[in-house]
Amino acid sequence: MEYKPIRKVVSGNYAAAYAAKHARVEVVAAYPITPQTSIIEKIAEFIANGEVENLQYVPVESEHSAMAACIGASAAGARAFTATSAQGLALMHEMLHWAAGARLPIVMVDVNRAMAPPWSVWDDQTDSLAQRDTGWLQFYAENNQEVYDGVLMSFKIAETVNLPAMVIESAFILSHTYDVVEMIPQELVDEFLPPRKPLYTLTDFDNPISVGALGTPADYYEFRYKIAKAMEDAKKVIREVGKEFGERFGRDYSQMIELYRTEDADFVFMGMGSLMGTVKQAVDILREEGYKVGAAKVRWFRPFPSEELYELAKNVEGIAVLDRNFSFGQEGILFNEAKGVLYNTDAHPIMKNYIVGLGGRDFTVADVKKIAENMKAIIDKGELDVEVDWYHLKR
Amino acid sequence: MQIPENVKKRLSIPADEHFYAGHTACQGCGAALGLRYVLKTYGRKTIFTIPACCSTIIAGPWPYSTLDAPLFHTAFETTGAVMGGIEAALKAKGYKVKGEDGVMVVGWAGDGGTADIGLQALSGFLERGHDALYIMYDNEAYMNTGIQRSSSTPYGAWTTNTPGGKKHFLEKRHKKKVIDIVIAHEIPYAATASVAYPEDFIRKLKKAREIKGPSFIQLFAPCPTGWRAPTDKSIELARLAVQTAYFPLFEYENGKYKINMPSPKKEPKPIEEFLKLQGRFKYMTQEDIESLQNWVLREWEKLKKLAEVFG
Repeated sequence: MEYKPIRKVVSGNYAAAYAAKHARVEVVAAYPITPQTSIIEKIAEFIANGEVENLQYVPVESEHSAMAACIGASAAGARAFTATSAQGLALMHEMLHWAAGARLPIVMVDVNRAMAPPWSVWDDQTDSLAQRDTGWLQFYAENNQEVYDGVLMSFKIAETVNLPAMVIESAFILSHTYDVVEMIPQELVDEFLPPRKPLYTLTDFDNPISVGALGTPADYYEFRYKIAKAMEDAKKVIREVGKEFGERFGRDYSQMIELYRTEDADFVFMGMGSLMGTVKQAVDILREEGYKVGAAKVRWFRPFPSEELYELAKNVEGIAVLDRNFSFGQEGILFNEAKGVLYNTDAHPIMKNYIVGLGGRDFTVADVKKIAENMKAIIDKGELDVEVDWYHLKR
Repeated sequence: MQIPENVKKRLSIPADEHFYAGHTACQGCGAALGLRYVLKTYGRKTIFTIPACCSTIIAGPWPYSTLDAPLFHTAFETTGAVMGGIEAALKAKGYKVKGEDGVMVVGWAGDGGTADIGLQALSGFLERGHDALYIMYDNEAYMNTGIQRSSSTPYGAWTTNTPGGKKHFLEKRHKKKVIDIVIAHEIPYAATASVAYPEDFIRKLKKAREIKGPSFIQLFAPCPTGWRAPTDKSIELARLAVQTAYFPLFEYENGKYKINMPSPKKEPKPIEEFLKLQGRFKYMTQEDIESLQNWVLREWEKLKKLAEVFG
């Protein structure tokens, strides 16, 4: 069958819901939270309209139970999906470890939302980045299309490496903003993503298994190593699945860091998620104004694309790392990770951290231009003014 | 020893064993005995969810399993939710759930994991109507962590965090009536049971297998270690808990209450008979004992009334 995309104008959340439907998820357990809710509303609508078969919807009493129910479902062999944001993700934290430790390929959409207090429902990456050590893969979507593609690819990758995966989109900027998304006809999704074939399930009554039994100090260590290894192996799987996706559907995801006009760049902007759309637009304008700049969009934060970062870093003079997140007592989280990766290499560009857009503060093309001016001055002078710049701060 | 098939059929307790010897329970453990009965009744086609509790240890460390049936170990407060997820997956995949030839989804959790930290997930499980059985084995404290009080610990009991002492710092509250909370969800079937009355327990397990929707059994499971009692007194203690009406046996089925006392016409024995065999009650004053006795009789009258009005 020849690939002809079905174009729909949908929000990021609806893109996520359609992807879950096209992935033929079998169990959805979820709890409402703004701005995630329209994902599970849409899925409920699919069920109400008879558009899906064999999909069990479990309207749990909390996000903690949402993840616990997905864990039970996945351990029993089902393809399980959920979605959440901020406080809900934080409540799930314990069970995120459980999902990864039990090696269950659950896929979850997290709509990035700022943590309270003060109450906020707007975009901020700290919720998902605070879960970085739980053993989940993390994919950051730039636009609604990437939300859709990310969910489909994540199931395939997760079910290959037996680790759960999180697909992350921005509150409102993507979740509630409508855009054209090219969807894939069901038969072609089925070819790309066949039914899940779990290695072990609770339904094997001839060979009953026990999942998660006590691991003594003599064994626990090896269990952890196996997760570390699976996460490392996931890089290869991500590149292969990303390439296959490109060959089948025309959008290539074989690069864990998407490079935009970086070939001859003096310096680049690096960041994740929807703000990189703004950055790309700014790069075009800056290029016209004579700046030799590019953009490096980190698609996968876990596993971290260290090799690709090194290849980029050795060819540029500076990297402006844009963090829509912050680790108190340290610095922006992407900045911190990127510096760590490069320490034991020969690539040492000037790196500066710009803390931008926390709690949904607008981050515009004009802001990128100001950062470019600042970055150029730093590179010309050869030294940093400050390492961590609270760029928007009202002074 | 091989039991002939014709004899097997007449046994009131199934001959089949799906709970392996060599498990790591303490001597006289009521929970281990209860789990053995569950496995005898349901066999291999049973998916267990076990949260943090004594049974995490009893089930054995990796790569061993005491249970000859699939088992998912889960976090303390998640039994109800994980069971719900498993049941949903079975439905999505077209398995027959419950009935003699169906898959039985069983939650097996202690009183702390049920009455305290797991109460929310239990409530969610009950109200959503999952087709599964939740068993709370009640040993009346956090025994696996070393005998700390739970909301299911009785009035006047010593535990490691109600140690008595000069200030008479003992458990000050009566046992939480978890089964009443469960019944408030208007589920089709809820019952109490005791390891001292295995035929009654097994009959209730079989009933839970046939009933559509969520069911709940609160199983009284003595813990000699935590109760500071001789290990050969477990069954006697469990029997006395019933005979004193401290832990009466009853069923709630589709809105109707039915008392299942072994000797229905007998008046309850004095609570002292249950208390005196256990070191955990040795710090109680006469006043404490009276207070507990009054509570037991008041609750017993309430139950009889319920059975009379909604029988």
